[in-house]
Amino acid sequence: MRTTRAHALTGQVIVTCAAAIAVVPLIGVVIMALGEPDTQDSTIRLSDSFHIGNFKAVWDLADMGTALATSFKVSITATLLTLLLSVPAGYALARFRLPMRNMLFLILLAGLMLPNESLIIPLFFDFREVGLADNLLGVILVETALGLPFGCFWMRTFFQDAPYEITDAGRVDGANSFVILVRLLLPMAVPQLLALTVLSFVWTWNDLLVPLVMLSGGRELTAPMTLATFQGQYTTDYTYLSAAAILTAIPVIAVYLVLQRSFAHGITSGAMKG
Amino acid sequence: MTVASRPVQSNGAGVAARKQHRSNALVGLGYLAPALIFYGLFLILPFLHSIYLSFCAWDGISPSRWVGLDNYRAILESSQNRVAFGHAFVLIGFYALLTTALALVLVGVIGSTRIRGLTIFRAALFLPYVIAPVVTGVAWRWLLAPDGPVNSLLRAVGLGSWTRGWLGDFTWALPSVGLIGTWMLLGLALVLLISGVQRIPVELYEAARMDGAGPVREFFAVTLPSIRNEITVVMVLAVTAALRNFDLIYVTTQGGPGSSTEVPSFLVYQKAFFVGDLGVASAMGVLLTLVILMLTMLILRPWRKG
Repeated sequence: MRTTRAHALTGQVIVTCAAAIAVVPLIGVVIMALGEPDTQDSTIRLSDSFHIGNFKAVWDLADMGTALATSFKVSITATLLTLLLSVPAGYALARFRLPMRNMLFLILLAGLMLPNESLIIPLFFDFREVGLADNLLGVILVETALGLPFGCFWMRTFFQDAPYEITDAGRVDGANSFVILVRLLLPMAVPQLLALTVLSFVWTWNDLLVPLVMLSGGRELTAPMTLATFQGQYTTDYTYLSAAAILTAIPVIAVYLVLQRSFAHGITSGAMKG
Repeated sequence: MTVASRPVQSNGAGVAARKQHRSNALVGLGYLAPALIFYGLFLILPFLHSIYLSFCAWDGISPSRWVGLDNYRAILESSQNRVAFGHAFVLIGFYALLTTALALVLVGVIGSTRIRGLTIFRAALFLPYVIAPVVTGVAWRWLLAPDGPVNSLLRAVGLGSWTRGWLGDFTWALPSVGLIGTWMLLGLALVLLISGVQRIPVELYEAARMDGAGPVREFFAVTLPSIRNEITVVMVLAVTAALRNFDLIYVTTQGGPGSSTEVPSFLVYQKAFFVGDLGVASAMGVLLTLVILMLTMLILRPWRKG
C-alpha cells in the first residue's frame, strides 16, 4: 500500500482546515456578539469581560421572544403537516397501482425546481382575498406545500425499499393497508422520519421570502424577518446585529446538532437518489 | 385490501381480481389525495396564476390587461434585466463551479485515505449550509465591513492596499456575494464527494497502481468517474442555490451598490412590491424557473445516459 502516513496526515489536515473555514467566521460572530455594546465599531476584539447582556438588550429591542415563538409555531406545524401528508402519499406512490402513477410522481417532483420567487405574487394577492394574508396559517400552508415534493419523494423511496415479506405477512394475518402502514412499516421508518423532520424544520425556519411577502402587514414576524428588519434599524451596530443573528440561528443549530446524523442521512442519500 | 405494486397472485378469478384491483387503486388515491390537494392549491395554482400574470399588464390595483408576450419582450430588451441574468451566471460560477472545483481538488489530494473523526468534521462542514441565509448575510456583512475582520486580516498580513468595503464596492460586491455562496456550499460539497470516494472499492485503486498509475492518473481514471453522481448532485444543489438567493441579496446588498448585484430573484420582489409592475415581475419569476429547469436538465443529462 502506498497510502503512507504522510498522505493520511495530509487528508486529515485538509479536512481540518475546511472545517475551520466553515466554523471560524461563526465563532467570530459569537465573540463579536459578546463585545462592548453600543459601539459603531466593526473591529473584533476580545474585551476583558463578556457582555452577555447584549443578548438581553437585543431580545428586548427586537422583540426576539415573540419572533422566535412565531418561527417555532410556523416551523413545527409545517413540519408535522409535511410528515402527515408525505407518509401516506409516499406509501401510495410506492405500493399502490394508481392510474398515471409515474405522471403524478413526476408532477410532485417538479415542485423541487419551483423557486419561491415564482410564487410570491399570487401568494400575496390571492391569499389576501381569502383572508390568509398576515395570517400565520397562510405561511404554514405554503411552507408545507413547499416541503411536500421532497417529503413525498423521500417517503416513496423508503416504502419502495422496505421489505415486502413483512407486509405480505401482515396481509396474510388479515391486516388492511392502514394497519400495515402504521403497525409494520412506520416503526421501521424512524430514521427516515427523523431525517425528514430535521430537514423540513430547518428549511421552514430559514425561509425569508415567503413570510416576508405573506406577513407584509407586520403584525407577525418570523425570526429571520425580525433579524432583517433589525439590521435595517441598527445598520452598523455589529455587536447587536451579531447577537440577533445568533438568537435567530440557535434553534436551528440546536435541532441540527441533536439530529446531526439524520440530517446528514437526509442530505446525502436524499440528494443522491434524486 | 392488497398492498400491490408487485405481481398480485391471481388465482384465475378474473372479475374478483379486477374489482380488488380497482378498490386498491381507490385506496391508494385516498392516501395520495391530501398531499396532492395541498400541493395543487398552494404550489401549482399560484405558479399557474404566475404564468397567467406574466402575460398581463397589472399594477395590483386596476384590472389586469392581457398583453401577450410583451413582458417577456420587455425583459429581454431591458439591459437592466439582461445584466441581472448575467450576474446570476457569475454567481453560478462561484456557487457551483468554484465550489465543485475546490472540493474536487481537495478530494483529489485526500484520495482514498480514511479520515478519522469524519462525523465531527461533517457536523462543522455542514454548518454554513444549515444556518439561515439571512444569518449568513448579517454575519458576512460584518466580516466584510470596511473595518471588519477580513480587512483587519489583510492589513495584518501586509496586504493593506487590498482592503475595501467589499459589499459596497462596484467591482467587488458581486464576487463577494459569490464567495459567501462558496463558503455556504463548500463543506456540503466536500462531505458529499468524500462519502462518494469512500464507497469506491479499494481494489480499483490497487488495480490502477498495478498498472503504474501515479496519483494524478489515479484521480482521473478511478476517483473522478466513480463520483460522477456525487458531482452531479453538488452541481444541481449549488446552481439552484445560486439562482434562488433572494435572502442573501436582501440582507447583504439589496442589489447595490448601483445595480451591481441585482439578480433575477431580487428583481422579482423589487418589481412586484416596490415598482408595482406585476406582469414583468411574474414573467421574471417564470423565466427564473425556466432557467433552473434547463440548467438542471443540462446537468442531469449526461448522468441519465451513463
